[in-house]
Amino acid sequence: MPITITMPALSPTMTEGKLANWQVKEGDSVASGDVLAEIETDKATMEVEAVDEGIVGKILVDGGTENVAVNTPIALLLEEGEDASALDTVSAAAPAPAAAPVEETQVAVTPEAPASPAPAAQTAPDGKRVFSSPLARRIAADAGLDIASISGTGPRGRIVKADVEQYIASGGAKAAPTPVTDTGAAATTAPAPAASATPPHAGEHEEIPLNGMRKTIAKRLTEAKQTIPHFYLTIECELDNLLAMRKELNSRSDEYKISVNDFIIRASALALKKLPAANAIWGGDKILQYKDIDISVAVAVDGGLITPVVRGADQKGLAGISNEMKDLAGKAKEGKLMPEEYQGGCFSISNLGMFGIKEFSAVINPPQSAILAVGAGEQRPVVKDGALAMATVMSVTLSCDHRVIDGAVGAELLQYFKGYIEEPLTMML
Amino acid sequence: MSDTSFDLVVIGTGPGGYVAAIRAAQLGLKTAVVEREHFGGICLNWGCIPTKALLRTAEVYRNIQHATSYGIKVEKASVDLEATVKRSRQVAAQLSGGISGLLKKNKVSVFEGQGKLAGSGKVSVEKDGKTTSLASKHIILATGARARTLPGLEPDGKFVWSYKEALVPDTTPKKLLVVGSGAIGIEFASFFNEIGSDVTVVEVMDRVLPVEDAEISAFAERAFKKQGMTIKKGTTVTDLKKSATTVTASFKDAKGKVTTDSFDRVIMAVGIVGNVENLGLEGTKVKVDRTHIEVDEYSRTGEPGVYAIGDLTGPPWLAHKASHEGVICVEKIAGVKDVHPLNTSNIPGCTYCHPQVASVGLTEEAAKAAGHDVKVGRFPFIGNGKAIALGEPEGLIKSVFNAKTGELLGAHMIGAEVTELIQGFGIAKTLETTELELMHTVFPHPTLSEMMHESVLDAFDKVIHI
Repeated sequence: MPITITMPALSPTMTEGKLANWQVKEGDSVASGDVLAEIETDKATMEVEAVDEGIVGKILVDGGTENVAVNTPIALLLEEGEDASALDTVSAAAPAPAAAPVEETQVAVTPEAPASPAPAAQTAPDGKRVFSSPLARRIAADAGLDIASISGTGPRGRIVKADVEQYIASGGAKAAPTPVTDTGAAATTAPAPAASATPPHAGEHEEIPLNGMRKTIAKRLTEAKQTIPHFYLTIECELDNLLAMRKELNSRSDEYKISVNDFIIRASALALKKLPAANAIWGGDKILQYKDIDISVAVAVDGGLITPVVRGADQKGLAGISNEMKDLAGKAKEGKLMPEEYQGGCFSISNLGMFGIKEFSAVINPPQSAILAVGAGEQRPVVKDGALAMATVMSVTLSCDHRVIDGAVGAELLQYFKGYIEEPLTMML
Repeated sequence: MSDTSFDLVVIGTGPGGYVAAIRAAQLGLKTAVVEREHFGGICLNWGCIPTKALLRTAEVYRNIQHATSYGIKVEKASVDLEATVKRSRQVAAQLSGGISGLLKKNKVSVFEGQGKLAGSGKVSVEKDGKTTSLASKHIILATGARARTLPGLEPDGKFVWSYKEALVPDTTPKKLLVVGSGAIGIEFASFFNEIGSDVTVVEVMDRVLPVEDAEISAFAERAFKKQGMTIKKGTTVTDLKKSATTVTASFKDAKGKVTTDSFDRVIMAVGIVGNVENLGLEGTKVKVDRTHIEVDEYSRTGEPGVYAIGDLTGPPWLAHKASHEGVICVEKIAGVKDVHPLNTSNIPGCTYCHPQVASVGLTEEAAKAAGHDVKVGRFPFIGNGKAIALGEPEGLIKSVFNAKTGELLGAHMIGAEVTELIQGFGIAKTLETTELELMHTVFPHPTLSEMMHESVLDAFDKVIHI
């Protein structure tokens, strides 16, 4: 049966876009990775790549068409051995079961939509029974998900409603993997680590099934360390002025309670505003420099972590950032974040200061290009005017993607950051 | 001197405590229970079971009164209250003895007396001024709950009864006032109404059985009124004045209008409160929120090694909830794999008044309020062959589904034997079936259960028999 190619969503909020032009015509043979068409949104123009090889059987939406709704079938691809008569079997209006492949492609070419769990392991195709509740299967089918890609937490690992909802909430729905797309996905992203690469140790152990979040963490952070050339820059910032100002601000109203982390979010945003070159991500054959300054903040949750995004953080005051962060962290802990609340951003903050960690270096959260690892603020001896003095000092380490941010750029960013932190009044400007 | 060191000590042997103790013993934990009164707790001795025995008498009497409609001639049937109560007590005693046997069979040590925490990993048991000290790695508090009292309306045990006096009545009151129309109040109202009392029920909410689906509440109210009960909704009792032989109650309705009426007896059934006192909680990290102990999904309190289950931890106040919590708590302690917290939306509730009421999950109103786009199915007893053959044509089965996902959100029933039917929907909810599996299930004919099937079919416009 021909593969239906649908209008991809280039961002979590995109509902429609312009199909700018076709790079192929009916009858063309395409291979996985070939550019099929260009899609324009208000933000950017993106290429749609083929995930499967085949022959372009029919173009359903002409180039230049505006306002094409996401998931509308735009073309049919004939698989090897199929001829044009197979096209009759596909009704263009029918819901496209192959919607997922193109979404998968979109994940590959659209760095602003973070990659989502696309577990390499499929249990269904090998004929093994997937234990799941009827309700879980219904909800998964409605969301276009393959039930086999979800881990079950019910009795004996049965997949239940809560598992599917958790999977969707953790962004799983954005990249519904189907057996057909696996090859394509593998071609454009790092190969998933083989589960059986190292034999497990002998001895008594408990087998803990992976939930959607754990799979996402495993896949994306492995991808980050394997594909992103990381380098690390550490700087020390004195906090005494900031702490005094925080105390003063918090004493003035009960409507907010600003944390040191809220200052760090604002200082990072303002530093990125001064240095737009750092507010960018790697786009394969280009660098995408963003206008909006969205800051992701890592929040530890039961069973993993998630990075809700404070959008336009440079435009927001400390109280605004603080209240928004409280709201996002609360939702994160309850597993209620919507995809648009944790997707996007170029820059992350990970703070382990509350655990007494002095300094550490963090793994970049793809497709972002930098992450700031924040240590504890502690009293340390410092030399001031040639004499020994005490100050509250915090070490921060910036991990940078060298493809986007060079050493000097990263260093400059940290200098701006340090300036804001040490003279917090300048943050008020 | 008997052994006083255990893996688990359970304080209280109600349906939460004794089930937890037996499960723990099965899992190899060295287990003891502490009980100050009767094995089986309120449920077996002063609650679920003896009331069912009384209500059975009422049912048999009702059927005898309608005997002619079944083609049987019966003359001068009457209720012997003393014999009725005696039977009820015998049933309770038999079952309580059974618990004792079960504990023994499972080698659970038994300590009689008042148990309380006595420092980390310690329980003290006091009986007749003597104190025994037990050491235990884990301690489960399962001390249950008691009737809530309202200031000025406290039971005196003579004219104003709590559930306890109502279970061993000295007389069939000519005129009876029942304050509270929850499960406890309505069951007593139903019993005394059927054996001849003139019953008035007062409910502060705007409907009887307020936790049930509004449609079921309305159905129940119509049935009770038809049986001769007086129902005062949106009304509070402001005062009970006792004279030598009667109690004069003052009522205030929603509009503030005050009326009075006299009764022979009053039953107070205005909810229950947890037995959180005298448990040695002072100085521990066990948190008490008003009248119940706060616990997490595995019944853990704030104090390491101390757990609480059942009525003591708050609503729903149901024996089967307590038992399940006990099992989950113990399995978690014993390190059993694959233990899951109790899903409270899958706990059925039953009321054994006439007609019976049973439900599980969300009411239609609650489902809508939770944002579900719902499909609701209904099937009346009058359309069911078995119900007609039984001479029980009054009742309704209602099912509530999520229109999009087909999730069974709730089921609500009123009518003969519905308390025995509700488990079918309980299984369906636990297994997360959708309407399709319920439709594909073959229900045997002729049974009352066919109405469950028809109710599901009705929700999706496929009902056959209406």
